Amino acid sequence: MTPKMTPMYESWDAARGAEIIAEHSRMEGATLPILHALQEAFGYVPEDALPMIASTLNLSRAEVYGVFTFYHDFRAKKAGRHVLKLCRAEACQAAGGDALAARAEAKLGIAMGNTTSDERVTLEPIYCLGLCATAPSAMIDGRLVGRLDEARIDALVSEAQR
Amino acid sequence: MSVRLFVPCDAGALAVGADEVAHALHKAALERKVELEIVRNGSRGLYWLEPLVELETAQGRFGFGPVTADDAPSLLDAIIDDKSHKLSLGLTEEIPWLKRQTRLTFARCGIIDPLSLDDYRAHGGYKGLTRALTLSPDAVIAEVTTSGLRGRGGAGFPTGVKWKTVSQTAADRKYVICNADEGDSGTFADRMLMEGDPFVLIEGMTICGIAVGATKGYIYTRSEYPHAIATMAKAIDIARQAGLLGDKIAGSNYTFELEVRTGAGAYVCGEETALMESLEGKRGIVRAKPPLPAHHGLFGKPTVVNNLLSFAAIPFILDEGAKAYADFGMGRSRGTMPIQIAGNVKFGGLFETAFGITLGDLVDDIGGGTFTGRPVRAVQVGGPLGAYFPRALFDTPFDYEAFAAKEGLIGHGGIVVFDDTVDMSKQARFAMEFCAIESCGKCTPCRIGSTRGAETIDKIRRGERVSENIALVEDLCGTMKLGSLCALGGFTPYPVLSALKHFREDFGPQQPRLQAAE
Repeated sequence: MTPKMTPMYESWDAARGAEIIAEHSRMEGATLPILHALQEAFGYVPEDALPMIASTLNLSRAEVYGVFTFYHDFRAKKAGRHVLKLCRAEACQAAGGDALAARAEAKLGIAMGNTTSDERVTLEPIYCLGLCATAPSAMIDGRLVGRLDEARIDALVSEAQR
Repeated sequence: MSVRLFVPCDAGALAVGADEVAHALHKAALERKVELEIVRNGSRGLYWLEPLVELETAQGRFGFGPVTADDAPSLLDAIIDDKSHKLSLGLTEEIPWLKRQTRLTFARCGIIDPLSLDDYRAHGGYKGLTRALTLSPDAVIAEVTTSGLRGRGGAGFPTGVKWKTVSQTAADRKYVICNADEGDSGTFADRMLMEGDPFVLIEGMTICGIAVGATKGYIYTRSEYPHAIATMAKAIDIARQAGLLGDKIAGSNYTFELEVRTGAGAYVCGEETALMESLEGKRGIVRAKPPLPAHHGLFGKPTVVNNLLSFAAIPFILDEGAKAYADFGMGRSRGTMPIQIAGNVKFGGLFETAFGITLGDLVDDIGGGTFTGRPVRAVQVGGPLGAYFPRALFDTPFDYEAFAAKEGLIGHGGIVVFDDTVDMSKQARFAMEFCAIESCGKCTPCRIGSTRGAETIDKIRRGERVSENIALVEDLCGTMKLGSLCALGGFTPYPVLSALKHFREDFGPQQPRLQAAE
């Protein structure tokens, strides 16, 4: 049931990008599905893909760029090898999530929203995983972890650093 | 011997090790040469007991929990030898927390295999659609109107009225949208239902499509919910193959297609007009209303946009009749509400009950107070845009109007519990900060007001001209409330003003304080 653990991404290739865009171009309101599919394949949305989407969907480059930058999910460059997302919303705050987030930042030596200099770990805030009754919670490369405490957050950080 | 166990595949159970437990049980069974079948059900919603493993017996299901992978061998031994186990909970249905509930919408969640259409049917599934197909579309809408069902996303607009408007608007194409963009912290009912009983949503949306004359439906949900998306997509395929989606639904002349669409981490897309913009492939910018989505919605066509919980209530209403649903509840809040109790709480989970239960009962009695054992100081009801309630207001009944009268809202039914270590000026600041992060930017009160609000609360927390700055925040909240285009800017003042009103002592120079959960 658990989605892919350590995602293996393809490197950017315009022909492959065009293929992915074409695959989804007939959907109603295809922009988001295309951006998701590109990011799933390459780990980010390569800048070169944006004008390709625009011409396929008969939109302006500015419109596609506007959509791409509006949504928090889409990345302009690759994330670290592992992505650790910590839920920072109210239910996790109530359960001590702020202190655990600070602990993860200190252990990794980076602030939320950044990648370690060795490009191993990207640490990101997430606003609600819907695991509010087993808070605080986190997601590491698509795997969910609930009932975080100091020991568990330390284990997650070490796992991400591997 | 052969053993049949249930181990949830709900994301909340997976997050605390349900897959590891299932794996360990299989391994233990192999070693003991026991024939073991494990059904991956949804969650019962008793999250402090997850992973909750259940054993099928002639008397009913016996529960064990919370089970870890290390418990698997001893648990299986106890089952084989018919002995008691330290994690035994007795018959699951007899657990008071579950027994006290009125489960209409969540009747099957945690009981059936989510992707078994046979299971769904055996537990009353598709009876609502069968009855709807014997009625005229107008009669279906009348049934929904009579049930008193109101929008479960928080606004509380009568669902039947919305459907009637769409049905009466002529167009070559109409849409049905399920708003499953459940972004409020403290809420997880949509996720649970998509993972635990996806067919109930498909059935509810299909009935809506037939009633209003729409042929295409979208379920817009969150990228933060990968398991729900996967289960929902599989369920749609299964329904299509069984002739329950597509052309000639269940042998009728109706057509209805359904598709899951994934958001991309924008909270504002839970607002219905921003959601439609996003579905159209645009930035999630809020539209001015009117025109209403019912007249001019997705791609300019008449569109029903309902919350997932609204659609999920429909099969029961059509099957059992409007009166059976309306018999539950109080005042103008009819039926049941799946309430989600979360945060720093001992017994957190999903509690579906008739409207009218008091906040205090939910927090102290059902929730059991905080898991840190410290006193409850505040609860936030209705997500990041909901008000903070102090103990003094715990007699408020869970009802749309009663909460509005106390300057709050029930929203999507989420309750987040905080103990006495909470710093309420920090929470008020977070409300403004969250609004600043998530604002779509279209209207000034929300876009700029939220940033200025956070800055001004920072000044208060530093002790700078405290009373003047509090007055400024209150004035700003008035502007945001009245001048914002949608609920994001318009409701952000709820948590801020309630924190100021009920917890004024927290607004001023900051003292060192205890950390939560220490």
